[in-house]
Amino acid sequence: MQKQKRLGLLAKQKAAGWGFLTPASLLIFVMSFYPMVQAFITSFKTGSAARLQWASPITYNYTRMFQDTVFKTAMGNTFLYLIIQVPIMLILAILLAQLLNNRDLKFRGLFRTMIFLPCATALVSYALIFKTLFAREGLINSMLMGLGIIKENVDWLGQSTTAKAVIIIALLWRWTGYNMVFFLAGLQNIEYSVYEASTIDGANGWQTFWSITVPLLRPVIVMTGIMSINGTLQLFDESVNLTAGGPSNSTITMSHYIYNNAFVGKANFGYTSALAFVVFILVAVLAVINLKVGDTRD
Amino acid sequence: MTKSVSAAKGSQIQRRLIPSYIFLTIVSIFSVFPLFWMVTAATNTSLEVAQGKIWFGTNFGQNYANLIAQDNLWQAMGNSFLYAIVQTLASLLICSLAGYGFELYHDKGKDFLFGVLLLAMMVPQVATLVPLFTMISRMKLLNTVIAFILPALSTPFLIMMFRQNSRNFPIDTMEAARIDGLSEIGIFFRMYFPMMKSTYAAAAVIVFMNAWNSYMWPRTVMKGSAVKTMPILIANMSNGYAVDYGMLMLGVLFCSLPTILVFFILQKQFAEGITGSVK
Repeated sequence: MQKQKRLGLLAKQKAAGWGFLTPASLLIFVMSFYPMVQAFITSFKTGSAARLQWASPITYNYTRMFQDTVFKTAMGNTFLYLIIQVPIMLILAILLAQLLNNRDLKFRGLFRTMIFLPCATALVSYALIFKTLFAREGLINSMLMGLGIIKENVDWLGQSTTAKAVIIIALLWRWTGYNMVFFLAGLQNIEYSVYEASTIDGANGWQTFWSITVPLLRPVIVMTGIMSINGTLQLFDESVNLTAGGPSNSTITMSHYIYNNAFVGKANFGYTSALAFVVFILVAVLAVINLKVGDTRD
Repeated sequence: MTKSVSAAKGSQIQRRLIPSYIFLTIVSIFSVFPLFWMVTAATNTSLEVAQGKIWFGTNFGQNYANLIAQDNLWQAMGNSFLYAIVQTLASLLICSLAGYGFELYHDKGKDFLFGVLLLAMMVPQVATLVPLFTMISRMKLLNTVIAFILPALSTPFLIMMFRQNSRNFPIDTMEAARIDGLSEIGIFFRMYFPMMKSTYAAAAVIVFMNAWNSYMWPRTVMKGSAVKTMPILIANMSNGYAVDYGMLMLGVLFCSLPTILVFFILQKQFAEGITGSVK
């Protein structure tokens, strides 16, 4: 009798556990996994949004990509941002975290707050701030003119190389402090005495950085790396609001181009879904590579 | 004697730190300057901004008048606040319940499900955009709060954050509470919730920021002018041919004010929030 009652209680507890996690789990299935499956199916269809039909040949949308020069450009741009911006940002973030982790340093809190501040800026806001700073009649031009470095206004956002550089600078500005916080948290888990010992041993800052900080922060580097890669592959706000993808698509990102295919002018849902699936595969593959590279177990 | 020795050692240490101070100062200036300039530009005329003025001006009133004449600023502010707050409250409830369930009632089945849910982190937003848009429009929910919040209500990141932090919650207390006759849901609200306040605060900052910043999704499902959010309002403003820079920067300032305020008031929670699931 007693035993039965206890079993009843356990069953009740078990049911309660499932009850607690059901709403969140259902939402993820309905709002992420189910749309993903739908996108995969739609990626084999063509036609306007209202009347989609199976493509012929069935892989039409996927083969079409190879002739799509704008998508190739978008992919190239996205990878360029990734390859240049992510490593600079992460190294800078670790370096800043190491400097700020020094207990002899004064004004640590103030420095940290100031460097961290950009990531409190709303995303569209910062894109527009940089757009205005680098406008043809913007502050950057007038400062450079004032210093006599340039003779006439540079059209930063109107030329493909400089426009790309502005996007990279803006990204560095917005996200370096954000990543620094992860490294600071990671460094706080490292015994401070390790650092003091290395200073006593006569290691300079640079040696300490490469031989102690970087190896010990490896798990955090892997995580921030995955996050940054994921974020960069999905860049959208900056491309839309800072450069509008221009001049002539030379700064457009994959997400921006995909969005345009679905919601700007045309409603090419089939092709959009195929392109989006490519982004999904890239995100997944790069995450796995990153995990493998970061895995210290041999 | 020893005091002067340690003082001399201290000044020697400080001297060695001079390059650090210089570097950190430069980075700090680069970090703060664009924001400082945004604030001053909001008080200048478009011409003054274009001429490179970097100090405060006297055109704030005019910029504000232009801004509210061009678009419904306060409606957009109200919308953004409403959506962000509703999303924060709903998301915290749903995800903390899940994190609690996954950690404190865990068994093989639940652990497996958790692993599956984590995969959702890899799903790019742009990939689900078309199906979700179709779903929302079929449900006749376009231009509603529900449309805004639904896709981001439950995130693996937040569930994971609550799950990790639930490890500190003592199981013994749960048993004691059960003996005292508290129901399972009662334990959650009466014991777990008060104990996890700092996790909730950190999570709230993260969700609020994400909701306030969200742009691609509202641009897709919140097309009506009455449901416009702040990021959409300022993005539209910058698209004209002759952009009034003073007015634009004032709009940008309004759009960033809530996030910057949250940052300054809750900086500790903010830092804990973004690193929340790293423990």
